[in-house]
Amino acid sequence: MAPSKRRNVSAAKPEEPQKSLSRKEMDEKVERILHERRCANEVFDLLELLQAEKERDVLSAVSACSHLFSSLLQRGELRLGHLPKEEDMLAGSYSAEEKYAMFMRHRYNSYVELLVELLEHEAFVVKESSLCALMNFVSTEAQRPLQAVDWDGHCCFPRDLLKAVVRGLLSEKEDTALLISRFQEFLEKDDVRYYTMGAVSDSVGRVMAQAHGVVLPVYQNNVFTLMSNINMPKKEEELRNFLLDRDANREDWKAAKLKEHKRTFERMWLAFLKHKLPSGLYKKVLVVLHDAILPHMSQPTLMIDFLTAAYDIGGAISLLALNGLFVLIHQHNLDYPDFYKKLYNLLDPSVFHVKYRARFFHLANLFLSSSHLPVYLVAAFAKRLSRLALTAPPAALIMILPFICNLIRRHPACRVLIHRPDVTDEPRDDPFLMEEKDPALCHAMESSLWELQTLQKHYHPDVVRVATVINKPLGEQENELSELLELSGYELFERNLQQELKDTVALEFEPVTQLLQGSGGLLDQHFSLE
Amino acid sequence: MGKPQKKKSVADRVRKVKASTEIKNNPFEVKINRKKFDVLGQKTKHDVGLPGVSRSKAIKKRKETLLKEYKLKDKSNKFVDRRIGEYDSQMDPEDKILKRFALERQRTQGKRSIYNLNEDEELTHFGQSLADIEKLNDVVDSDSDSEERGLLSAELTASHFGGGGGLLRKKAPGESGDEGSQKPKSRQELIEELILKSKQEKRERQTQKEESQELTEKLDQDWKSIQVGRKAEGRRQEDPDEYDMTVRELAFEMKAQPSERMKTQEELAREERDRLQKLEADRQRRMQGDTEEDSTTKQTYLSADDLNDGFLLNKDDQRMLSYHDGKWNLEDEVEKEEEDAEGDDEGDDKEEEDDDGDDNSGEEAEEEEDIDGESGHSDLESDKDSEQEGGDEEGPAGEEAPTKPCSSLSEEEKLALQEAARAELPYTFVAPESYSELKSLLHGHTTEEQCLIVDRIQKCNHPSLGMGNKLKLQKLFDFLLEYVGELATRCPPELSTVNKLVQLYALCQLFPNAACKAMQTLLSDSAHDMAETLEVKGRTALPGLDMLIYLKITALLFPTSDFRHPVTTPAMVYISQLLTKSHVSSLEEVTSGLALCCLTVEYVTLSQRFVPELINFLLVFHPIFQYLKGFMRVFGLVCPFTMQKQRWSVINVGHCVTLMDSFLFLRLSSLTTCLDLVKRCTLLYKSLPSFSHIFQSIRILLAKHLPIEGHPRFIQVTDYPYFLFRRKKIIPPLVFSKRKPIPLKLFTPKIVEVLDYGKKRGSSKQERERERLKHKYKREFKGALREIRKDTKFLATEKLTEVMERDAERKRKVKELFGSLATQEGEWKALKRRKK
Repeated sequence: MAPSKRRNVSAAKPEEPQKSLSRKEMDEKVERILHERRCANEVFDLLELLQAEKERDVLSAVSACSHLFSSLLQRGELRLGHLPKEEDMLAGSYSAEEKYAMFMRHRYNSYVELLVELLEHEAFVVKESSLCALMNFVSTEAQRPLQAVDWDGHCCFPRDLLKAVVRGLLSEKEDTALLISRFQEFLEKDDVRYYTMGAVSDSVGRVMAQAHGVVLPVYQNNVFTLMSNINMPKKEEELRNFLLDRDANREDWKAAKLKEHKRTFERMWLAFLKHKLPSGLYKKVLVVLHDAILPHMSQPTLMIDFLTAAYDIGGAISLLALNGLFVLIHQHNLDYPDFYKKLYNLLDPSVFHVKYRARFFHLANLFLSSSHLPVYLVAAFAKRLSRLALTAPPAALIMILPFICNLIRRHPACRVLIHRPDVTDEPRDDPFLMEEKDPALCHAMESSLWELQTLQKHYHPDVVRVATVINKPLGEQENELSELLELSGYELFERNLQQELKDTVALEFEPVTQLLQGSGGLLDQHFSLE
Repeated sequence: MGKPQKKKSVADRVRKVKASTEIKNNPFEVKINRKKFDVLGQKTKHDVGLPGVSRSKAIKKRKETLLKEYKLKDKSNKFVDRRIGEYDSQMDPEDKILKRFALERQRTQGKRSIYNLNEDEELTHFGQSLADIEKLNDVVDSDSDSEERGLLSAELTASHFGGGGGLLRKKAPGESGDEGSQKPKSRQELIEELILKSKQEKRERQTQKEESQELTEKLDQDWKSIQVGRKAEGRRQEDPDEYDMTVRELAFEMKAQPSERMKTQEELAREERDRLQKLEADRQRRMQGDTEEDSTTKQTYLSADDLNDGFLLNKDDQRMLSYHDGKWNLEDEVEKEEEDAEGDDEGDDKEEEDDDGDDNSGEEAEEEEDIDGESGHSDLESDKDSEQEGGDEEGPAGEEAPTKPCSSLSEEEKLALQEAARAELPYTFVAPESYSELKSLLHGHTTEEQCLIVDRIQKCNHPSLGMGNKLKLQKLFDFLLEYVGELATRCPPELSTVNKLVQLYALCQLFPNAACKAMQTLLSDSAHDMAETLEVKGRTALPGLDMLIYLKITALLFPTSDFRHPVTTPAMVYISQLLTKSHVSSLEEVTSGLALCCLTVEYVTLSQRFVPELINFLLVFHPIFQYLKGFMRVFGLVCPFTMQKQRWSVINVGHCVTLMDSFLFLRLSSLTTCLDLVKRCTLLYKSLPSFSHIFQSIRILLAKHLPIEGHPRFIQVTDYPYFLFRRKKIIPPLVFSKRKPIPLKLFTPKIVEVLDYGKKRGSSKQERERERLKHKYKREFKGALREIRKDTKFLATEKLTEVMERDAERKRKVKELFGSLATQEGEWKALKRRKK
């Protein structure tokens, strides 16, 4: 078929401008092909149009062909089962009827190929319509399989077609996020989802093997987009929405079992995460890991390697890996030896400035809420956090100071940090070792939270308010952190502005003679404002 | 009838007095009210009671009131006793009789006068009796007094017509003594006597009249002679001498109001110091934020009389008595006030509006073409004023002693020039309604002129001059702020104009809340933009020059040291956002970031508050240093950077980047600024307990980079405060602040010392009053009940006695009848017996 196609294309190109057919003409042509077999060769015109320059022509050709081949499929006029090569077909001794079916089947195949190619067309409309046409064929083929029914039942699903679609979706060159979001509606069907997952893991395996350990950001990003769009069912009963309704052998049909779904899902993710990821994608994966991936895996503990590796990377990635680790520790009995030590080392000045601050402190609050933690550990955390607070912005301070106070409340033995009345030896320098990695050795228990005392001189009134709490014995009630976690600098600013004016505003009483100069300000000393 | 009554009353009185003493001494009459406590010094009225006396009093009173009513009950008519003096015990019975008699006589006479046309009629003219008019009429030679007047005295009539009875009676009290001894005169004699008497009287009157006439005439003559003399005197004293003038002036001069003693220099200084101390204490209080809630006293530095109408009572406003060359100089004061108003621009220009009536020396009045001629003094003054105006561009330095004569010719020339230059500007301006209006007003004028225009707008629309002016000026503040922003964004920026727009301060002082709102809007707009760019890009650019200027002005208008302030606190948060979220990649950004740092330090210098963002930002000097290192080697000691040129311009940054020299200069100057900021911060925060940790990274970097040979001296670390490099800082461990121990709960009763017995405590005034009234009502009610009971009792006894009396009467009558019947029968029986 390939040569004929090439011939057709080369022949078609010069006269293409004239050949642009109106939709009506095209519909007529489709009708002719469908009804009169002698007009069958006109199908080449349609296929040519698929490669036209103009978007409009391509679109109409796609819809016309789609109509044509789905009707043929419905009528069963396509060759089933084994398809001999075109040359063999002409040579072989087949009846005219058979020859026609074979011919049309070949055209159908080439049409599908063209459609898959069109998935990389520059116009999104074309991509979208070809995707829809392809998925239309997937569903039609599922009803009327072109392959002979296999003994194990699931062969009746057009897996090859779907695989081709997935291959088209997971482009290595461009971002196909839009197309994937269009594809998402087809993923509602449980069997489509099941076979897509299989196709994705195939594709990943194939592509990454070729890449030899090199990161492919576009491709991996596309894969991630597709995978994160997969919504897994929670229960067995939810598996009802099938493209393929064949009640007969549902028992041994894998797509109808949640366990199989989970297994495929798990295999897909593991295949994906096995390879090296760009750091942006790392974060994205970690963000969704705990609630979109882990619950749907048959064996979440398989993620341990990935998570511990991520946790060891450091920085924001470690912060994000915490969430997944927490799920594993909390629900799957993961024993992580130096967890708290690592958590302790995660605390560095940037922790107050990163985007995931709220999530991190939410988790840290959870981890440190255990009453079975050793006192030295809690004290080390409190001391380190307060030392770091010396560089924090006010919005973070408003959150972190109650956090520290909560720590001391939960562990009354830590009270020495803010109240050490019985000291006999003379005052000395802070014994706390900031550089020490091990919380057990940092001498936090011998120190005091002078940083909070320092912050009592902070410029922001609310910070001063929360810092002065330590001057008195702390109350029993823990501070509620949830609404403070998300507080941003701008929100703080707005909050300050929205405070009601009670009385007249206080004014500067020193009279001004010049606005910019002569006031003896520092700005004036270093900059000439003239 | 009168006599026995009087006698009885006197006797009664005597007896009563006697009785009361007797009664009081009689132990059987006295009831002693026992007291529970003897209170020293307390005088009680009711320690003894006299039940008998009070009972009899009550009964007597009832007899006079209740009994009478009872007697008159069911009777529709009643007798009214109109006899003269019947119930008046004060009147003598003789008088009483006399009056009654006179009345009777009058009555009889009145009847007769119907036929007597001539008698008893008073002739009147215009409501005045003719007799009176004649009397007043001072005609000397009138003969009418010899005639009998139309009016007859009662006495005379009585004697003429009523016979001698009345006369006799009348004379009785006076002459009763001798008349009693003499025998009564006959009627003839009486009449003769009467005639004689009247003639004598007439003679006497005549002589009296003549005498008075004579005296009057004499007096007239005397007066005339005196009058002539006085007239002559008056003509002679035509021109008054100095003394008289002064006397009269003093007499008619408005009295000076008693005022306070003139204050000495030291006192003024002390007052000023006190005022400043008070303001400073207030600032400290706000800085501490202890009394954050009770902001009612926030404006203590405003006068208590402040009506919040923008009228600022300046300390110099009150006119104080002052003397100059022994003369009371009112004008000087006014002048002085004016100079103050211009000198320090404190918005106290209302003085000019106030005193534009008599002395047209106010600036505006002077400018607006004085119509009425002024004295030479005020001319001089206006000269000085306009000179002052000329001087106010140079700031308050132009102030000089008001009484110094200015006779310098050159100054006058200058004055003339200035006048000419300013001649183009109109003197009154309408307040701009929109920003574009203000812009068009100010467009094309020099800095000085712009300031003058704004100043005049402000003065022409002072809130005390019209209703809507307040709003107009508030708008003006907004527009000016906008204008400042525009000036700052112009290329090149006109910062010198911004510098002179001190009206912002004055307007802010007038309308603090509006100014606060305007600033908040500015800040929030800018912060909103920043938040949006943050959302999109994740970082933001450092602000432009306009925002820096706004922040600077904010610090000038509002106190930066307050614990919580509606403007400065958000401004600080905004600055901190800028310092943390901004992306510093180029030298220009470094520059504006450093300017922001300078502002931050200015904000917290007074309150010494800790700004972590500032310290974080100052680490920026590290990359500059890295970069400079290479150049240092190249240039060695030769450096284009000198201490004299230390101040560098923010705005020129863009222009001189291309030049290698200035590029290096820029780097060096930013480095110096940075290091100076570090130095200041160390001084500012050295008292903080975590000082060494705050400055740890800076210290490490400084130690690594700075002591390089060949650096200009001012970038070297040698003059850094020693404590920056002292590693160990000795700090005491934290303890809770001491507080009062909570006392144990005890079960012993609480004993409260009561100081005022007998008073209800623990209730408000209204409750006490209510209690008192309730108590009073109860007492009154009880008393009324008792009285009613007693009344009924009294009435019952009265009725009973009545009945008893009636019964007794009847019994007596029946007895009488029986008796007479018995006698009758007895007589009849005796007769019958005798017949037998």
